[in-house]
Amino acid sequence: MEGQELPCVLIDCIGGKHGVYEDHAEFLKERFCLITMKEYLENKSFLGKKIRAIYMWYHKPVINEELLQSLPNLKIVASSGAGVDHLDLNLLSSYGVKVSNTPLTVSTDTADLGMALMLASSRRLVEGHQMAISPDTEYFPANWLGAEVSGATLGIVGMGIIGYKVAERAKAFEMKILYHNRKQRNKEEERAVGATYCEKIDDLLQQADFVMLAVKLTPQTHKLIGKRELQLMKPTAILINISRGLVVDQDALVEALQNKVIKAAALDVTYPEPLPRDHPLLKLKDVLITPHIGSATVKTRHLMKENMTESIQAGLAGLPIPNEVLL
Amino acid sequence: MMEGEELPGLLVNEVGGMHGILHDHVEFLRKHFCLIIMKELLESKKNLRKKVQAIYLWWHKPVIDKDLLQSLPNLKVIANSGVGMDHLDLKLVASFGVKMANAPRAVSSSTADTGMALLLASARRLVEGYHVASSPGMEYCEADFLGVEVTGATLGIIGMGSIGYKIALRAKAFEMKILYHNRTRRKEQEEQAVGAIYCEKLDDLLCQADFVMVVVSLTPQTHKLIGKREMELMKPTATLVNISRGSIWKICSIC
Repeated sequence: MEGQELPCVLIDCIGGKHGVYEDHAEFLKERFCLITMKEYLENKSFLGKKIRAIYMWYHKPVINEELLQSLPNLKIVASSGAGVDHLDLNLLSSYGVKVSNTPLTVSTDTADLGMALMLASSRRLVEGHQMAISPDTEYFPANWLGAEVSGATLGIVGMGIIGYKVAERAKAFEMKILYHNRKQRNKEEERAVGATYCEKIDDLLQQADFVMLAVKLTPQTHKLIGKRELQLMKPTAILINISRGLVVDQDALVEALQNKVIKAAALDVTYPEPLPRDHPLLKLKDVLITPHIGSATVKTRHLMKENMTESIQAGLAGLPIPNEVLL
Repeated sequence: MMEGEELPGLLVNEVGGMHGILHDHVEFLRKHFCLIIMKELLESKKNLRKKVQAIYLWWHKPVIDKDLLQSLPNLKVIANSGVGMDHLDLKLVASFGVKMANAPRAVSSSTADTGMALLLASARRLVEGYHVASSPGMEYCEADFLGVEVTGATLGIIGMGSIGYKIALRAKAFEMKILYHNRTRRKEQEEQAVGAIYCEKLDDLLCQADFVMVVVSLTPQTHKLIGKREMELMKPTATLVNISRGSIWKICSIC
């Protein structure tokens, strides 16, 4: 029986809001014996021993100690996307379970989205679209203006793979690029994108017309941008977040926007996702929010699936794991 | 001595309002010119008309027609805001010995930015995404909300003037494959600088592009440049972006 030969991999579900895509499931079934969370819960004692890997899509299934204890043969968790802040890496390590993510595949799409949000916010794209199609529009007023992106100053907070790709794109818009990072990049890398290092984040915040957040979420970056940081920013500045909602003190952001401490915000990520429907951020005029679509393209999702499959296969064969996340 | 008498008379349509010149531009203009508003001109006697040496055309106003040109005997130059001149009868203006100027460099970066903004917003479904993320009653459907990749895709630029070229510069940073169609081919160094490939036949560009960006001036030759035939040549997965003029395509062809 083919099912007995293929390694068993636990997934949350297929289809629905957060499940593995139907067309991805086909690919996976050729390589693995897929066990959904529902199937597992119905037959824990038998299936628990068979599961050797978890294919984590959209942060599901949730991995806790109880689950780890019931999967004695679990070798590897492959997580979709770059962020691993939803995983307890220490806990997984204590059970001898390896972890992999997909940092490279998401990088260009996320950088593209960062640029899209910056342009859309600055040039008032959503508002403009609404005006252009509204049944009440009789004319386009001459004094309807946005703020220029070309030649403006972009401050990138977090110059990892994604941050650097943003810099490469912004350079073509003749933007002046400042960046803040745990470590300074080397001179050639800086020169290639014309980026200037700001050892102190304050220097970046004071000069930037656009502040783009591209950091990982860690205890150090949690609420990195709070009331103090927002007040350092120019009143004409726009905050763009493509990292994690918790990097920003959301209440402080609401207050800053209400009091016009900064001009606008464009957020692909919030905390929680989605925001409750009566959240003040949804009522503010100068806020553009997208539903965490940083890596949401057909092509990239296929690549993620392939990368995760490779990582699982390597992990199960005891080979070096591509995209392994080390503590 | 009255300063107004020394500065040359500049005709403007109106200040503020729907299409008027911006209030915070007026101070600057008054340092160099004696501003004459159209309304004043229409109500005045002959001497105001003689004072007008230049027209400041903002948002295509005032309308330049034979009557106006005939009534301004000392008119020397018309300055047009923006780069498009399709709203003007250039031959008529020249026949009165009046010079014409536009402002191509001023608009080129902003317009190229808008082209990229539209391309990105469309590919990544930004407006729709905003509605999903912010609307009160909408079903939050995160997992299968997918867009199309911009990085590495093929961009076809129709019209490689200063705006088209700035788009190529930006698109190159997104690692896009760039094809272009233009009345004349650009120099080799210019092509190499942006990695752009010339398509002498528009059809070749249309068949290959994931994104088609139209950046031509509106002329009799480009009027309805993109019609049913051209759209059928495009890929079913392609996106059309227009930052030139509405009349470059046949409205009835858009499906």
